[in-house]
Amino acid sequence: MNLESVKTLYVAEMSRSLRTVLQSIISPVISTSLYFVVFGAAIGTRISEVAGVSYGAFIVPGLIMLMLLTQSVSNASFGIFFPRFSGSIYEILSAPVSYFEVVLGFVGAAATKSVILGLIVLGTASLFVPFSIAHPLVMLLFLVLTALTFSLLGFIIGIWADGFEKLQLVPLLVITPLTFLGGTFYSIDMLPPFWQAVTLANPVVYLVSGFRWSFYGMGDVSIWASLGVIGLFLASSLAVVSWIFRSGYRLKP
Amino acid sequence: MNEHNVIRVEALSKTYDSGFQALKDIDLDIRHGEIFALLGPNGAGKTTLISVICGLVNASSGRVRVAGHDNVVDYRQARRLIGLVPQELTSEAFSTVWDTVSFSRGLFGKPKDPAHIERVLTSLSLWDKRRNRLITLSGGMKRRVLIAKALAHEPEILFLDEPTAGVDVELRRDMWEVVRGLRERGVTIILTTHYIEEAEEMADRIGVIRAGELVLVEEKRELMRKLGRKQLTLQLREPLERLPDSLDASRLTLADDGQALIYTYDARTNGDDDPSGIAELLAELDAAGIHFKDLHTRQSSLEEIFVNLVREAP
Repeated sequence: MNLESVKTLYVAEMSRSLRTVLQSIISPVISTSLYFVVFGAAIGTRISEVAGVSYGAFIVPGLIMLMLLTQSVSNASFGIFFPRFSGSIYEILSAPVSYFEVVLGFVGAAATKSVILGLIVLGTASLFVPFSIAHPLVMLLFLVLTALTFSLLGFIIGIWADGFEKLQLVPLLVITPLTFLGGTFYSIDMLPPFWQAVTLANPVVYLVSGFRWSFYGMGDVSIWASLGVIGLFLASSLAVVSWIFRSGYRLKP
Repeated sequence: MNEHNVIRVEALSKTYDSGFQALKDIDLDIRHGEIFALLGPNGAGKTTLISVICGLVNASSGRVRVAGHDNVVDYRQARRLIGLVPQELTSEAFSTVWDTVSFSRGLFGKPKDPAHIERVLTSLSLWDKRRNRLITLSGGMKRRVLIAKALAHEPEILFLDEPTAGVDVELRRDMWEVVRGLRERGVTIILTTHYIEEAEEMADRIGVIRAGELVLVEEKRELMRKLGRKQLTLQLREPLERLPDSLDASRLTLADDGQALIYTYDARTNGDDDPSGIAELLAELDAAGIHFKDLHTRQSSLEEIFVNLVREAP
């Protein structure tokens, strides 16, 4: 393992977001705060408790998850897309680093940023609504696994995209709808039976549900199903990334 | 492996997915410590060849060894030795000169060494610009930064892909100085160029690549001696209207309204008693009653040699 190279890639990626600290940290915090104001304070006061907790507290895990998914994907995809776009990727491809080390540097940095952001949003949320965390370690585990998995997904998108439009396509057309329909703002019990069944095909439901379980000890599906889905996601992302590097897809003609 | 060959390319071919065959069965040895110039028209395969050696492009067949290390199997050992200056000016626009050069060193797995980075930046006249963001630099300065990045990890082999394309004359001279300095320290240098002048000025050996085939690899001096054509120009005392029939018209032309007679001959016929045929020509001229007041000879430049080589039908 070439630790110096991994460290260099990781530090460079981290300092890239420090240069753009406004977009990287402030804007997700602002948008999450807006969700709390609109859904938590304005609408939430008119909704009675959901599954035993106040509506404001109920949406906290979902909102963190929403932010975690979109930020992981956009950070990681941009991180690898930009050197491809500018051409400076040549240096990474010609360096004595393995593909695993490249992924570790890029995805590690993107996931780290997402986890930090997740914690910042958690802190922001506590300013709006009182809530408790029943299983803090499980909460952290979910945070890290989700950040890692979706940073890998972002990395894949960043390699697949051949223009800025495609870079936006997946987050906009897939991630955001799945998250909104994934039980961020409601419990799937509130849906008619048919739509409950359909919703169970949405992987984000399992993430939000598992994450919510770590807060309030209850979710739409069992915690094991949630862990299983995130594990499956992680494994398939890893498989795709390793295929990308073995085949040289979009990197090496 | 011959230890003097720092790079050995064997039967290397590359066909892109589009079906375009960029390299056809290339065999090439690069000797330790030399400056090797790869010449060829656009699209001939120069950059593809460099890219395969450096690991940016997968070969379709054949192999490359760098100091004995296979560049696919032992890619770490092979790549550690190589610095690459790409043709395109690419950079992380928002980082500073110092940061981007230090990044390159770390990426290649070398521990931090500010003194080395300082030496590299100073040698390329970049020291004053070390805190500048790359986006604020001129094209020539960016080119220097790319060279600095390639030198950051102290490579033993340096690839320069069109290093002076779009660079002004002064900067070009500066870069030649840098390259010569590197060679003195034992760095092997492979450069591709469009400027024949550059190859003529710098290179020890020259390879000419045409439509994916390496058509020639030769010592520069030998190449110029073997393929260089010479011309003898005789300034005549009295103008001639046409060549006398007694002279061989295939090698002679009249110029300057008959004031000058130009005789073309191959320098490569050296070795005979009268290799150039000049003595014979002068005797014939004398017999024909043609006298001259002055004469000079000139040898064709590498550029003319090159143009002749790539013009030949493949």
